[in-house]
Amino acid sequence: MRNSNNYIILFAVIVTVVAAILLASAATLLKPMQDANLLKEKQQNILAAVGRTGENDYKDFDKLIESIVVDKKGETVSGIEPLAVNLAYEKRVQSKNPDHKLNYPLYIYTNEAGEKTYILQLAGTGLWGPIWGYLALDQDGETVRAAIFDHKGETPGLGAEINTEAFQSKFTDKKIFDTEGNFTSVKVQKGTFDASDPYQSVDAISGGTITSNGVSQMLETDIKFYLAYIQKQQKN
Amino acid sequence: MSAVATKVQEEKKPLLSKKDRKLITDPLSDNNPITIQVLGICSALAVTTQLKPTMVMAISVLAVIIFSNVIISLLRNLIPGRIRIIVQLTVISVLVILVDQILKAFLYDVSKQLSVFVGLIITNCIVMGRLEAFAMGNKPGSALLDGLGNGFGYGVIILMVAFAREFFGSGKIFGFQVIPDAAYEMGYVNNGLMLIPAGALFVIAIIIWIQRSLNKNLEEA
Repeated sequence: MRNSNNYIILFAVIVTVVAAILLASAATLLKPMQDANLLKEKQQNILAAVGRTGENDYKDFDKLIESIVVDKKGETVSGIEPLAVNLAYEKRVQSKNPDHKLNYPLYIYTNEAGEKTYILQLAGTGLWGPIWGYLALDQDGETVRAAIFDHKGETPGLGAEINTEAFQSKFTDKKIFDTEGNFTSVKVQKGTFDASDPYQSVDAISGGTITSNGVSQMLETDIKFYLAYIQKQQKN
Repeated sequence: MSAVATKVQEEKKPLLSKKDRKLITDPLSDNNPITIQVLGICSALAVTTQLKPTMVMAISVLAVIIFSNVIISLLRNLIPGRIRIIVQLTVISVLVILVDQILKAFLYDVSKQLSVFVGLIITNCIVMGRLEAFAMGNKPGSALLDGLGNGFGYGVIILMVAFAREFFGSGKIFGFQVIPDAAYEMGYVNNGLMLIPAGALFVIAIIIWIQRSLNKNLEEA
């Protein structure tokens, strides 16, 4: 009986259904907690870009940070929840369909002295998969206050170093324009230059060339997108 | 009086028979899944740079191996022989996905560090090996003990590897710095080799070496 075809099929069906029910209910039950974790991580990353690394700062996220969405012309776009924008996904859609309009979320932090910091969201690709980050720009619209990067699965000890303090701190005080006011972004390159000069590149990670190039590329494309909005703010 | 006496006697009777104890102790040393059977090496290389994620990984594998062993053992007389492997795999996959979902909900930081390696427990030969070799032919009670033994046998080794890698690679234990700053000022340098997977191979090899030199029975002719 145990080897009849009917029994085998029946057994397989039962196993499949039981497995499906178990997994579906677990996924549904745990989804709210998983989403809360992702949102919390995002908010903590954004706040960390402006130095607010307190354990509970993310609870005051809406009070501390003004979140908006901007388009390429520098106009604010209403009707989109900034924290819900999946930049990597939007970019993928756009790479297949050039007519797809990109909108980037922008987070604005105002400190006690009334100085604004723009926090730009970044999304790109490293060696093994997606990399992303946040870049905090000073009110002057050209000096980098801080940069935060993270990755899905870069090589530990090499490309994965982009999420370490040691690498990220090198971006502080860098300028995204050259002395003549042309947009240069912040490049990540093999160090044959004076890395302490704010107009120069950031020293790349040895052994993590492709990841470093990915960071460089991501900074260039994504900062460029925000330029229109930030320059508009400078004129006002 | 006699009632008391029997009670005492009952307590003296060991909870586990000699055979049962062997089920647990064997995989810890003489038949360790990593150092003797050389299974599950992939995850032993990948997750062992720090102790905390390694600990979570060890507990996850332990849970998966125990539950799948017991479930398969309960079903062993119902599973049709021709589809037994895929049934085993389904049970393992369901358990692993559950573990992964729970980690994502409650231990998000650790689940980020472990990333794909929780999912890869599915392909861990230790789990499937135990189902096929043991749970298919033994009662649930023994299967539970076998799972416990093998889960610990795996966990102990990866924790040893993680201890060595975190200590020599980062100078930390469970994320706390144990090598004083003074040592670094005097020129002590962390061993970068320990941070890359190749480092884990060296550590495992050294563990195997020590184990074999202590236990002559294991030496191959």
